[in-house]
Amino acid sequence: MKLAKGDLLAAYRIMKTIREFEERVHVEFAAGEIPGFVHLYAGEEACAAGVCAHLSKEDYIASTHRGHGHCIAKGVDVHGMMAELFGRRTGLCGGKGGSMHVADFELGMMGANGIVGGGPPLVTGAALAAKRAGQGNVAVAFVGDGGSNQGTTFESLNLAKVWNLPAIFVVEDNGYAEATSSKWSIGAKSNAERARGFGLHTVRVDGNDFFAVYEAAGEAVQRARDGDGPSLLDCQLNRYYGHFEGDAQTYRGSDEVKNLRADQDCLVRFSKFVTESGDVAESDLAAIDQEVLELIEDAVADAKSAPKPAAEDLLTDVYVSY
Amino acid sequence: MARRLTFQQAINEALDQEMARDESVIVMGEDVAGGQGTEGEMDAWGGVLGVTKGLYAKHGDRVMDTPISESAFIGAAIGAATSGLRPVVELMFNDFLGVCFDQIFNQAAKFRYMFGGKAETPVVIRTMIGSGFRAAAQHSQSLYSIFTHIPGLKCVVPSTPYDAKGLLIEAIRDNDPVIFFEHKKLYPLEGEVPQELYTIPFGEAEVVREGDDVTIITLAEMVHESLKAAETMAKDGVECEVIDLRTTSPLDEETLLDSVASTGRVVVVDEANPRCSIATDISALIVQNAFDKLKAPIRMVTAPHTPVPFADNLEDLYKPNAEKIASAVREVSEYKAWKATASTS
Repeated sequence: MKLAKGDLLAAYRIMKTIREFEERVHVEFAAGEIPGFVHLYAGEEACAAGVCAHLSKEDYIASTHRGHGHCIAKGVDVHGMMAELFGRRTGLCGGKGGSMHVADFELGMMGANGIVGGGPPLVTGAALAAKRAGQGNVAVAFVGDGGSNQGTTFESLNLAKVWNLPAIFVVEDNGYAEATSSKWSIGAKSNAERARGFGLHTVRVDGNDFFAVYEAAGEAVQRARDGDGPSLLDCQLNRYYGHFEGDAQTYRGSDEVKNLRADQDCLVRFSKFVTESGDVAESDLAAIDQEVLELIEDAVADAKSAPKPAAEDLLTDVYVSY
Repeated sequence: MARRLTFQQAINEALDQEMARDESVIVMGEDVAGGQGTEGEMDAWGGVLGVTKGLYAKHGDRVMDTPISESAFIGAAIGAATSGLRPVVELMFNDFLGVCFDQIFNQAAKFRYMFGGKAETPVVIRTMIGSGFRAAAQHSQSLYSIFTHIPGLKCVVPSTPYDAKGLLIEAIRDNDPVIFFEHKKLYPLEGEVPQELYTIPFGEAEVVREGDDVTIITLAEMVHESLKAAETMAKDGVECEVIDLRTTSPLDEETLLDSVASTGRVVVVDEANPRCSIATDISALIVQNAFDKLKAPIRMVTAPHTPVPFADNLEDLYKPNAEKIASAVREVSEYKAWKATASTS
């Protein structure tokens, strides 16, 4: 699957934006500027970018507690996201959702989700709506290896198959469900093998390789658009930070993350591949790097200077009408 | 034109007419058609008690059988609701809440607020409540207070065929998640129901009987038991005002407090268990807002703090009835405050 230069640069921009967003959130959280629970996607960028490259805003995704990357890859406004993480009134959800609840329905982004395994049933419903609408749209559920063990996920795999829905389940197996190894917690050989038992098309993918994800996702999305039913992508990838910010990660080897960053980093691999192939010049990537840094800097500055929600916001938007 | 329909027929007609009116309305749940994938009749069941019977024949694949996977299909209804459909999904017995509550209270109920007012989730969850079927502990509960507790959900508990149709149409057209509780003992109840489409607004309790002496506040099947009790007490010269809540969220506080202001004596009748219930909620509301109007302590007539028993004699003991209600009414109507007693002695 050959990508045009513009597509390569767009993919790089998304991955780089996710990375810089997360690295900066890590710093701001440590400085005490961001309240609450924050779960970073750094290291997993190729998966969100490789899947969402095939989606339009008429397609749906549902995310997880580790959702910033999916939001950015689906085109959600970075300023609005940053302000939301800072709990500001200018945030995408008016400061009432926070990191775990960023959503933008206009873009088909059905929300990050604070409940592990919360998303798959919702995506099954979005896929049903897409199927009934008959416009060839699809719905994608991102699920962690932790969420892959939830009954909601199993039930949704079955229901999507029974109803022959245009649904794609993307398991992001980053090796750890919170602090517990996915090698230990997934009883089957893999999620791909397990989902095959549900009758889904499945494929195991190197989630650090943008091109591998892009290709596998492309096939799954096309299959769904063609009415040929649901698929599951089992992506093996790496989490650079803890389960949540503040996690000392004593369950990991001492040089584990350092080695992963050095040997497997998806951005490094992508850059190396596209520059060595001659498709993209290093200067093109450097220019994007600079723009992304400015974007993040700008978003943080805006968030910090934005007002907090007003007291009256406490009572609004519980219902459409009541 | 009003005809006599059963509660069950009124619900079926509301679903049928709304599906005909609006293509985005779909019905889904376990056996709502029945017979999917079998060699027999596709429209075999129409729901476990036949409430959706005939809808598949008229509306085809908009009536969707599901596997027994409440988390997935209730969640799917919720996800579909945020994606342009207006699903009416059946949670067969409200007792099955335990296998799918996350999708209802952490997902559907929270979307509007935690996404900053941008989500609309026009889903209706129809579910059966109520004891009296000898169906024992896991198929007989009345759990509306658990749902009423959750901000973001609306809770509808109709007591008549007329209300069932009007409130269900209102629920389908409403843009928030609505839980629609159907008391299984009410399904055969007949009443006048107009053929036309009509809606009954949420948050409007109905005074189903007027009276000056005691206010009975109740809902669902207990409305009918309360009316029987009121007739019994009228023979003794005690006139009860009976109020049917119709919706527990939103709650029509004004109608309740107005009645309490005129009678000063209150019995709250609720088939559910007594702790943290609609009965305690209403009692607290009255004490907070109308303490100075009360001439007697509020009496609650509820089930005991036990699961629903199976044996017929025990279930009959468990359930509030007209006799128990009349006894509570007698107690509050005869109550004299100690101050009044002191001043006359």
